[in-house]
Amino acid sequence: MAFAIKINGSTHSVDVDGDTPLLWVLRDVLGMTGTKFGCGMALCGACTVHVDGAATRSCITPVDSIGDSAITTIEAIGATPAGAKIQKAWIDREVPQCGYCQSGQIMSASALLASNAHPTDPEIDDAMSGNICRCGTYLRIREAIKQAAQSTG
Amino acid sequence: MILDHFISKAAGADRSRSAEHVSRRTFIKAGAAAGGGLMLSLRLPLVKGDAQAADAAFAPNAFVRIERDGRVVLTMPYVEMGQGTYTSIPMLIAEELEVELKQVTLEHAPPNAKLYGNPLLGGVQATGNSNAVRASWKPMRQAGATARTMLVAAAAKRWNVDPASCSAQSGEVLHAPTGRRMKYGELAADAAGMPVPENVALKPAKDFKLIGTPAKRLDTLAKVNGTAVYGIDARPPGVKIATLAQSPVFGGRVKRVDDAAAKAVKGVRQIVQLDDAVAVVADHMGAAKKGLAALKIEWDEGPHAKLNTSDIAAELEKATLSAGAVAQNIGDVDKAMAGAATKVEAIYQVPFLAHATMEPMNCTVHLRNDGCEIWVGSQAMVRIHEAAAKTAGLPLDKVVVHNHLIGGGFGRRLEADGVIRAVQIAKHVDGPVKVVWTREEDIQHDMYRPYWLDRLSAGLDGQGKPVAWSNRFAGSSVVARWAPPWFKNGLDADTTEGAIDLTYALPNMHVEYVQTEPPGIPTAFWRSVGPSHNVFVTESFIDELAAAAKQDPVAYRLALLDKTPRAKAVVALAAEKAGWGQPLPERVGRGVSLQFVFATYMAQVAEVEVSKAGEVRVRRVVCAVDCGTVVNPDTVKAQIQSAVNFGISAVLHGEITLKDGRVEQTNFDTYQVLRMNEAPAIEVHIVQSSEPPGGMGEAGTSAIVPAVSNAIFAATGTRLRRLPVDAARLKL
Repeated sequence: MAFAIKINGSTHSVDVDGDTPLLWVLRDVLGMTGTKFGCGMALCGACTVHVDGAATRSCITPVDSIGDSAITTIEAIGATPAGAKIQKAWIDREVPQCGYCQSGQIMSASALLASNAHPTDPEIDDAMSGNICRCGTYLRIREAIKQAAQSTG
Repeated sequence: MILDHFISKAAGADRSRSAEHVSRRTFIKAGAAAGGGLMLSLRLPLVKGDAQAADAAFAPNAFVRIERDGRVVLTMPYVEMGQGTYTSIPMLIAEELEVELKQVTLEHAPPNAKLYGNPLLGGVQATGNSNAVRASWKPMRQAGATARTMLVAAAAKRWNVDPASCSAQSGEVLHAPTGRRMKYGELAADAAGMPVPENVALKPAKDFKLIGTPAKRLDTLAKVNGTAVYGIDARPPGVKIATLAQSPVFGGRVKRVDDAAAKAVKGVRQIVQLDDAVAVVADHMGAAKKGLAALKIEWDEGPHAKLNTSDIAAELEKATLSAGAVAQNIGDVDKAMAGAATKVEAIYQVPFLAHATMEPMNCTVHLRNDGCEIWVGSQAMVRIHEAAAKTAGLPLDKVVVHNHLIGGGFGRRLEADGVIRAVQIAKHVDGPVKVVWTREEDIQHDMYRPYWLDRLSAGLDGQGKPVAWSNRFAGSSVVARWAPPWFKNGLDADTTEGAIDLTYALPNMHVEYVQTEPPGIPTAFWRSVGPSHNVFVTESFIDELAAAAKQDPVAYRLALLDKTPRAKAVVALAAEKAGWGQPLPERVGRGVSLQFVFATYMAQVAEVEVSKAGEVRVRRVVCAVDCGTVVNPDTVKAQIQSAVNFGISAVLHGEITLKDGRVEQTNFDTYQVLRMNEAPAIEVHIVQSSEPPGGMGEAGTSAIVPAVSNAIFAATGTRLRRLPVDAARLKL
């Protein structure tokens, strides 16, 4: 059936089964490929988007569960204050290597920063340990989050 | 991965090949570029065919264009997969050309082995073995210097002055006496007509402006705003999405498929049945996965239906009881062993490992009657180009491959299996189809880092010094399959690297390798492949010898390194920076490792904490590295941080096991990789050196593995001779 979903400020109508994960609506139906597929089971965080500001694994989020909620993806996160700070810190600290997981990392980090302006190390661990980086950029992710938290941006 | 030695010989005493071994002869030709600028065609000499190349027709394999707008465009044969190559190689050109790094842009090289062959890979176009910088070190700087000399000559001619009175900087030629200056773009067309200088002088290291200075990577922005395009992001118009189930037992076949329920899923377009796989083609991956779950497939499981990992391990252990190919022989081990005061023996083993790249395997294919287009991210363009053409039944020139960024390679994307599978499916589909593997399929149908088993013995003299070292190991040779000509006399240089080339003074040493290919499970290169196994074994065993001699592991090593000062220096530096010898709480220990692989010397000290339940946490890693001249120090640090975390994943968690012929692990819950809460602090200390660059992408992975296991020994007294860590053995 058809669903109207709000993504990055625009409403999109998609005709898919209600149990279709949001990830595939974004990537395959709407062509927004910045959000990545990693595991399909909310184990790696590559598919993280924001649903009403909360970091959410789109690979297990059925499209019929979204309703009127506002979806934000990596393509638009730079327009939020926390997202802009995080992206800048990611560039300054040269975080990405292969880069594939970084959309998800940035979405998790910007949700953290939006809700907690000065996270401690354990809070960073809690927020970020659901996001796997096979290139092992964790050290720089942690540094970048701290830099972003300190910036007035 | 180590693919560089095949050129010379099977193995023996050959050392890791660094850039200095590449021929000094570089062939450069110059002419006008299509757009009116200066085009330099460059020949990276093949190590093997260098003598012939001198006589053969000029065949360039890298290109530098200076456009009329001043842009420098580099076409190069290496793929960016996170290792920073897209920044390091342009730095080499920019240094000698006297342009800013941001003026250099890159174009992907199309697949062509003759044009883009990697010289250290014997002319095979592949990105691996940590060698892009090693191979490019001299030729790329020569190209930059040649172009600069020609641009200066063009300016001097125009001004009618002596070229020696002109200089180049920041993309301009200056004539200081008159204050005249011209931009490269304005001179490019004239420069194309200047004679190509012979023997351009390269800058001494003291004059480097870019090399050795941290440079921002050129590919970062697209990777933080979602615009970077990986193979999985390809979307040719009208593309359908397919996902698949391959025979759960390797070598099995499809017996029967009931696809009625799958076809009823909204968005499912087609079911494709192959001999050993079934694919569901749909409008989107959600429908394809739902369709796949609804399929009822009956498999003929084939000959490996009862195979377990323990069968393979038993086979390897048996194999080490018979003689193998002699990979190293120094002195007389038997005689020295007979006269030894103490004898130490051990059996080590390492498991199969998956690559688990974050970007699951995928490939997009549009097959038409008269041609085929492929969209994929690959480390081995020529290989996949040939495999696609063969599978499609088309001549090579009818197959076009678009390469993309790679969401993790680690050796997985040196293989063509995913491309072959996608073309097989595309043969049944009208229009383009993107085949995306689920994570489960990616882990259960990977091609795995081999299982290896080593039988070692050593003899110590009265003072505890090793007088005899013997190692016979068995397992798969990836090279024997991937590049059969490079497997000679039962040996190849990857499988033995790190086992035969220890930096210690070992007067009597004998190493044999028994090639034993496991049934029912494919093997492949992996980050640091051979050394990921050999360095674990040799550095753990040296640690055992130190313990048998009742000596400190660092002091024991240092005493054996007088003839290899670069090795000795990195051990001393790592120990000093790690605070070696300073007291630690109970159940916390430090372990050291040393290696010389990929032409890079590296020592690491790991500090681990072992809980009462036997869980291991790596708290801190200190790495000292001498990789010769450092091109981009930030990339060296980033690669070591990355490789260390990759190795810790393997020590703590990594294991692929077979039960009844099936891989038991399925996703990141059962094949765990390191997460942020487990990631240690990592310090990197770089030794200043003017030696040619060594490889950097993989070395950190092999070095961390024994550093952690030796630290576990220090913390608990338990020696782990098999990976990954078994918490039950470490429980209090």
